[in-house]
Amino acid sequence: MAPRWMFLTMLALIGPGSISAHADTIQVIVDRLAFSPTEVQAKVGDTIEWVNKDPFAHTATATSRAWDVAMAPGHAARLTLTKAGVEDYFCKYHPNMKGRVTTVP
Amino acid sequence: MFVKSSALAFVLCLAPTFAFAQGAAKPTDPQIAHIAYTAGAIDIEAGKQALTKSQSKEVRAFAESMVRDHEAVNKQALDLAKKLNVTPADNDTSRSLAKQAADKKAELARLNGAAFDKAYVANEVAFHKAVNGALETLLIPSANNAELKGLLQTGLKLFQGHQQHAEHVAAALK
Ligand SMILES: [Cu+2]
Repeated sequence: MAPRWMFLTMLALIGPGSISAHADTIQVIVDRLAFSPTEVQAKVGDTIEWVNKDPFAHTATATSRAWDVAMAPGHAARLTLTKAGVEDYFCKYHPNMKGRVTTVP
Repeated sequence: MFVKSSALAFVLCLAPTFAFAQGAAKPTDPQIAHIAYTAGAIDIEAGKQALTKSQSKEVRAFAESMVRDHEAVNKQALDLAKKLNVTPADNDTSRSLAKQAADKKAELARLNGAAFDKAYVANEVAFHKAVNGALETLLIPSANNAELKGLLQTGLKLFQGHQQHAEHVAAALK
C-alpha cells in the first residue's frame, strides 16, 4: 500500500477544486425554454450540470463572458466553477432564457 | 387592404411586414395547427435563403439556429397532430402567410451583401413579432386541446427568444 504522504502529494499536484471531497454537482434543468431553478448557489470547485430536455440547442452564456456552455438537444453539459462571484447568464439563441449562479469561496 | 373570409380576415399585399388581422374569427384546432406549422415552415425557408446569400458570420449563425429550431418544433407539431389524429387544415390565414412569405422571399432575392443582411434580419424581427402577437391574442386563446395549447405556449417562448436574438443581430449590423 502506498504511504499516506504519496497520496497527499498526488492530491496537491492535482490541485485544489478538481478533486475535493466536498465538491457538489448542482443540476439545472433546461425545459421548455427555461432554466430551473433560475438561481443557484454554489462553492468554488462545485460543478453546474445543465440538463437540456428540449429538442432545441441552448447555451448558458455568462453576461460577463467568463464562460459559455453549449448544450445539444437532449444532452447535458457541465461547468466547474473556479471563481467566486455572481454571474448572470442567458442563452445566446434565446436571450429571453435567463439564470444566475452565485459562487462563494 | 382587407380580404374578408369566413374564417379569418387578413391584411395583405400592401403591408410592409407580416400581419395578422385584428378581430379575426376563432380558428379551429386543425386550422391553428396548420397556421403554426406554416409560420415555422416560412422561417425555415427564410433561413435557408439567408444561408445561400449571406456572408456574415453572425447572420449565418442566426439563420442556422432558425432552421434548426423551427424544424424541431415543426416535428413536434406533426408528431402531436398524428397522436391526436388531427389533420392540419389549410385556411385563409395560412394561405395569406404563405403569400406574404413568397413576396418577401422574392424581394430579398434581389438584394445582396449588407443590404440583404439588414433586410433579412429586419424581416425576422417583424415576422416573429407578428407571430408572437397572433399566438398570444388569437391562437393560444382559441386552442381547445390542452396539448396543442401547451405546444403553442412553448412555441411562443421560442418565438419570443428568436425575436430578441434577431433584435441583437440587427443592432450588431448597424
Ligand atoms: Cu436557448
